[in-house]
Amino acid sequence: MDFISEHPVLVVSLIKIAVLLFIVMTALAYLTWFERKVVARIQSRWGPYYVGAHGLLQPLADGLKFLFKEDLTPPASDRFVYTLAPFLALSLALTTLALIPFGPPTLQVFGQPVFVVANSNIGLLFLFAITSMGVYGVALAGWSSNSKYPLLGGLRSSAQMVSYEVALTLSVVGVLLLAGSFSFNGIIAGVPGGSLGQTGYWLHFIPKWNVFPQIVGFLCYITAAVAETNRIPFDLPEAETELVAGFHTEYSSFKFAMFFMAEYANMITVSCLATILFFGGWLSPFPNSWTWQLYLPGAGLVALGLYCLYDTVKEMRGIARLQFAVVTLLCLGGGAICLIPRVMPIAQGPFWFLAKVGLFIFFYVWVRGTLPRFRYDQLMSFGWKLLLPVSLANLVGTALVILLVKRG
Amino acid sequence: MNLPLILFFFCGGLAVLGAILLIVAREPIHSALSLILVMVSLAILYLLLGAEFIAAVQIIVYAGAVMVLFVFVIMLLNAGVEQRTNWSKMAKYAGMPLGIFLLLEITRWIWRSTAGPQAANGAGAVPAAFSTHDLAMALFRQYLFPFEATSILILIAILGALVLAKRSE
Repeated sequence: MDFISEHPVLVVSLIKIAVLLFIVMTALAYLTWFERKVVARIQSRWGPYYVGAHGLLQPLADGLKFLFKEDLTPPASDRFVYTLAPFLALSLALTTLALIPFGPPTLQVFGQPVFVVANSNIGLLFLFAITSMGVYGVALAGWSSNSKYPLLGGLRSSAQMVSYEVALTLSVVGVLLLAGSFSFNGIIAGVPGGSLGQTGYWLHFIPKWNVFPQIVGFLCYITAAVAETNRIPFDLPEAETELVAGFHTEYSSFKFAMFFMAEYANMITVSCLATILFFGGWLSPFPNSWTWQLYLPGAGLVALGLYCLYDTVKEMRGIARLQFAVVTLLCLGGGAICLIPRVMPIAQGPFWFLAKVGLFIFFYVWVRGTLPRFRYDQLMSFGWKLLLPVSLANLVGTALVILLVKRG
Repeated sequence: MNLPLILFFFCGGLAVLGAILLIVAREPIHSALSLILVMVSLAILYLLLGAEFIAAVQIIVYAGAVMVLFVFVIMLLNAGVEQRTNWSKMAKYAGMPLGIFLLLEITRWIWRSTAGPQAANGAGAVPAAFSTHDLAMALFRQYLFPFEATSILILIAILGALVLAKRSE
């Protein structure tokens, strides 16, 4: 106990990091499941079905498979850089999540906010600093493989990520101007009349979120973010028909899995960022006086649990029934915990935050399931000739309006 | 030994190691990677001094933008392993003594100054009240003219690069 009271920051931070890492790793694994299921629905298929009930154990099977595959290193490759690249990609992708606040800073343990690992005054800048390094994982992987297709893929993706990073950063500056702060808490509370605990409203029903005054910035951001994470329709770095698998052609086994996880972690990060910057972070869209929303997290989980119960009894057979019974119990148990009166207000912040992030991730998967890939020259001219000028114009326009409003 | 001191020596060591590797490495990409290591360790040192903004900008501008272009160009040109030259007479008789003299001079200066231990203890840190806001105020009010002059200089450099790149037509 002495150690904890002497170094509260260190101990609490380490615990937060461990918990966050566990949650994020699980989320990454089930994100692949979610994506495959949703894309399958879009394409009128079933998706993963055989490993576990509804394919729920598929991520585990995939992970084990990655672990036990042979880890090949091409003899002509640069061994050190070849190993460094996937580590760099994954560790940078995971580091960014440390800056994301998943709930209000008011809940504290030993004077440390619970819902964020690194509470910084200039969180957004640090986030951009870390993501700007993310190019190296891809570029170095392409170079160190010492093979033609990975090199071309690495070059393409570095060019793409550098180009779209400019538009991504510029599209966010409008929000920064409105908020007048680099910290995530300041941005969430920064809309005129906003506060950390409650959403304000325009015309009594439009929540005071940045997305409404900054709709152009938001559209630029979401486009650039899809490109920045190398997802369809901007997944040129790994265009199968042209480049085999792009920068990670030569990678196998767990190193390949690390690139894969980095991509999904980046997806989570940009979704979190979109939530914080444009959709009020952990704030509920409803006024605080509507107390029934306190029951939402618990009620949602219980409803999910009841649906699973129905499925268990009606549809599942044999071992799948047992597995699904476990899922049912987890949902019902989680719902029951969320319905404890003391837990209810605490669960609010993370619930709304995760709900919004979930919507963005669904959007990502939806886009992947519906849009074809860009051609490379289209990609470049779109980024530089359309996205960049529009986000610049948005920035100048926002600055002008703020100046006029403040003067007038 | 407190945590900032350990971090200071760790990152300082990393920066020196990166700087040495930068010169010693024969593969251009390895040199570039070492330079990134130097810049990131320097950014952490800035953080220890309480200069959050400078630290973030150091990473964004140098490690995230300038070095990406370096790596990109090295990859694009597919630069091979460097050729070693034997030491030239100039380097042997003028360069080495001058280098050693410079090193000794810096050592003497650091030995005498109090800035080093202060920085290591975190005592030399910028007061917490000095925020990014203050920096912006200084930059855009007090030093507006030098700031704008630098911007125009950079703009001219960009135009120059464009002219040079277009000349082949």
